[in-house]
Amino acid sequence: MTLAAATELAAATNENLANLSNTLIYSAMAVYTLAFFAYIAEWLFGSRSKVGRTAAALTADKGAKKAAAPAVTVKNAGGTAVLERPKVVTRAAPGSRDVPDGPGAHGGDEQGDLYGRIAVSLTVLAFLIAFGGVLTRALSVQRAPWGNMYEFNITFSTVAVGVYLALLAMKKNVRWMGLFLVTTVLLDLGLAVTVLYTASDQLVPALHSYWLYIHVSTAIFCGAVFYVGAVGTILYLFKDSYENKLTTGGKPGRFATSVMERLPASASLDKFSYRVNAAVFPLWTFTIIAGAIWAGDAWGRYWGWDPKETWSFITWVAYACYLHARATAGWKGRKAAYIALIAFACWLFNYYGVNIFVTGKHSYAGV
Amino acid sequence: MSTTRDTDVRTGEAAGGTTGQENDTAATDTAAARDAGELGAAGAQLSTAPRDTVVPGSFGGVRAPGAAGWLAWTGREIVGWARWFWRQLTSMRVALILLFLLSLGAIPGSLIPQTGQDETKVADFMGRHETLGPIYEKLGLFNVYSSAWFSAIYILLFISLIGCIVPRTWQFVGQLRGRPPGAPRRLNRLPAYTTWRTEAAPEAVREEALKLLKRRRFRADAAGDAVAAEKGYLREVGNLAFHIALIVMLIAFAWGQLFKYEGNKLIVEGDGFANTLTQYDDFKSGSLFSTDDLEPFSFVLDNFRGTYEPSGPNKGTPRTYESHVTYSEGSDGKEKQRTIKVNEPLDIAGTKVYLVSHGYAPVVTVRDGKGDVVYSQAVPLLPLDSNVTSTGAIKVMDGYRDAQGKKDQLGFRAFFLPAYGGANTAVVSQFPALLNPVLNLEAFHGDLGVDSGLPQSVYQLDKKNMKGFKDSKGKQLRENLKPGETMKLPNGAGSITFEKDIKEWAGFQVTEQPGSGWALAGALTAIFGLAASLFIQRRRVWVRATAGPDGVTVVEMAGLGRSESAKVPEELGDMAGILYDLAPGAPDTPDDTPETDADTGTSADTDAKSEPDPEPEAKTSTPEPPAVPAAEGAETK
Ligand code: HEM
Repeated sequence: MTLAAATELAAATNENLANLSNTLIYSAMAVYTLAFFAYIAEWLFGSRSKVGRTAAALTADKGAKKAAAPAVTVKNAGGTAVLERPKVVTRAAPGSRDVPDGPGAHGGDEQGDLYGRIAVSLTVLAFLIAFGGVLTRALSVQRAPWGNMYEFNITFSTVAVGVYLALLAMKKNVRWMGLFLVTTVLLDLGLAVTVLYTASDQLVPALHSYWLYIHVSTAIFCGAVFYVGAVGTILYLFKDSYENKLTTGGKPGRFATSVMERLPASASLDKFSYRVNAAVFPLWTFTIIAGAIWAGDAWGRYWGWDPKETWSFITWVAYACYLHARATAGWKGRKAAYIALIAFACWLFNYYGVNIFVTGKHSYAGV
Repeated sequence: MSTTRDTDVRTGEAAGGTTGQENDTAATDTAAARDAGELGAAGAQLSTAPRDTVVPGSFGGVRAPGAAGWLAWTGREIVGWARWFWRQLTSMRVALILLFLLSLGAIPGSLIPQTGQDETKVADFMGRHETLGPIYEKLGLFNVYSSAWFSAIYILLFISLIGCIVPRTWQFVGQLRGRPPGAPRRLNRLPAYTTWRTEAAPEAVREEALKLLKRRRFRADAAGDAVAAEKGYLREVGNLAFHIALIVMLIAFAWGQLFKYEGNKLIVEGDGFANTLTQYDDFKSGSLFSTDDLEPFSFVLDNFRGTYEPSGPNKGTPRTYESHVTYSEGSDGKEKQRTIKVNEPLDIAGTKVYLVSHGYAPVVTVRDGKGDVVYSQAVPLLPLDSNVTSTGAIKVMDGYRDAQGKKDQLGFRAFFLPAYGGANTAVVSQFPALLNPVLNLEAFHGDLGVDSGLPQSVYQLDKKNMKGFKDSKGKQLRENLKPGETMKLPNGAGSITFEKDIKEWAGFQVTEQPGSGWALAGALTAIFGLAASLFIQRRRVWVRATAGPDGVTVVEMAGLGRSESAKVPEELGDMAGILYDLAPGAPDTPDDTPETDADTGTSADTDAKSEPDPEPEAKTSTPEPPAVPAAEGAETK
């Protein structure tokens, strides 16, 4: 075989792989759509049940509620007391609401739960297919699949779903997030295959570096986790308003009640998004530092206020703001949540806006 | 806690630590306020974060009559205000606002062109916006990151940071020297609590508890009828390390800006460079840089190689750029060979040599009327587009005599296309590699103007005092040459040959930015400090064992974390399980109702919250593991 023939053959394999990748991405979208409908079914069936824990906890008559604050100590059952171990009783910090978590989208409805499980299974399937799509894309271009916006997008949504599934696998109470996540993942993939699609290509020499793997993979991962945190934050804001309304004697609408009663308590949502954001913050710090080291190697300065660098910094400071706010009197709760959303908006702008509207050294990422 | 007086603040700190840090969420209802009081010092100083206290202004009090009175009053007033200002600056709230301003202030620099990055863009912007431009200029918006207002924000932030770190460090050292705070009177008011009755003696229980806590690396201490323990100090260490690392990074960055230098040099294959100021094409340096700081070294560019995507939608995208150099360190070091690539600079004792650009340098030979070679060299041309259509000038300054033997100067305007598309295509290159090189030359003679003393670009021809050669039709002489071809100047005025040897040139940037090592060290410390600060829980545990009225020992255990976390009750349950095995439960007396104070309530309704979770303690042999209904279902998070 001549050298030319060999190159041609390699090119053909790459072409086939690229086509396979596209097929997989489209298939993943189809399965995500099925999952989307299954989640919808879960919510619909869930609405048949009458859960009202939040309302019950917040609108029970005041006398009973006062007494509910301090918790009781041990529970000893008859003669078996000796064999029993002591129970730990927990109580909410004074001043915070003691509201139970909602049962999830299925609202305790068995059929709803079944649909929910189907939805999760479909999500797993779609995730695997999408993962295959990203992988074949990487093989077809023979490099990390993060060379342009199309590749960023398919990787990003796959990682976001991966984070969600990982949290589920860790038995965290996050199934309620499924519908919101899958909806946005579909939007993201739709945008990717229509507007942002780029045929496989090579990277400019500045992108040839192992720092690409380190810096970009952590950046995408952080974004996915920040995204999951932002979903939690938004739902927290809704649920908190709902609880506030109940506390002040308001009557939320039927739809709001149906949705909100099924979500975890606002305090749980708040804590969830805090944990998620706080957990990736050090990694985000690392991402920026890794980027600085790479810039030092590629461009001769580790920090030069390039638009992408600047917006990473802005995002970083905004999340630092959020973490500070959580430790500052008078800033917890809703205000901190708004800061978290601003911080995520900064991340989004860095991801899309800077590539599209601003030119800088990073713009070769190409739309 | 908005307008507490100075004195109240202190008592507030001593008595109601929890109202400060843990439970800022408006501890409004009276129960909560009482709780806080009862927790006493237990929750105090679980973090060294400053409390937000606002001290009202005007500190002078009554002014005594006379000059002395006035002086005393003024003194008090000044000191008071200074303290007030300092407290404001170092409060968490102001730190938060400054952080917010910092991120806000960084935005314009990313949207408006910056002088430090692209001066031509700034000039372009100034040209297009006649009213806005000067306003932006005044506001420093073309130089955001070195503008007075941006500096003010971060300098204030860093003063605030130092003002925050120093007292927190002392406070923390104090905490490390002292003992964990004693048990609060009512342990059952704490976020995690458990109790049981046992036949074991109180002293024995306390002793076992102390051992257990120490084994789990708590700092534990028996005081009175209870054991007090605390763990997770590394959180504070991490947090302080993180904030100190921020300062180190800022100083390292500032240091680097002051002492750095950055120079550019274009080198044609075969040529060399020695690191002295005069050799640079352009040179920038920080305000404290001195030429003695230039690291002595030299190198020769042996060869440059670039490869490009041959086909497909990204045809022409560069794939590799490499320059092979022979270099030597010091003034006469050994010669070594290296390849400098885009991401792989040559590093000589902290001075880095980067490959930043490349282009072509066609070799041309110019002969005079008699046929003598008067000029023969590679002429670097500047690329105009990504397919390396290049432009430049060839200037024959001396040695040339025209057909009559008179001294003259020659100038050529040159366009070079590494891949010419053919006769009917536009005069732009189709590809960056040398597929079909063509050199387009326009010939002039006269005064090049190089002796006028004014600096002149080597890439441009100043035609003010030059005349074009005319071709046979009387038009400006202009020809496309292929490698090896020669253009004859009219009337025996000589010729110019485009040699077959086309060289490439590489542009290098030489930089040194001292302090990078410190910046990196600071950055790494920041990451680890941050991780410690966010992932480690600082928490306290108390175990009280007292003899009850009926002679049976009552054991109480309680835990308190800085923030509500599922970990605290989990850990408490774990330890309670172990202690329970050592001091097993005593049978109940019939009237042994749950013993709490008057305002007994329902237990945090376990069934509603904890879904049937697999408990971590399920492995132990006891039939029912200690259920740990975590705060608000936190366990399921
Ligand atoms: C350069 C700006 C600063 C940045 C980027 C920054 C960043 C951070 C971050 C990310 C945390 C989170 C760690 C945690 O939650 O435990 C934190 C915590 C903290 N920061 Fe800062 N900080 C800055 C300035 C300051 C200043 C000026 C102060 C003093 C007023 C301060 C005081 C604190 C305190 C007390 C905590 C711990 C809060 C707690 O115990 O949860 N920081 N900081």
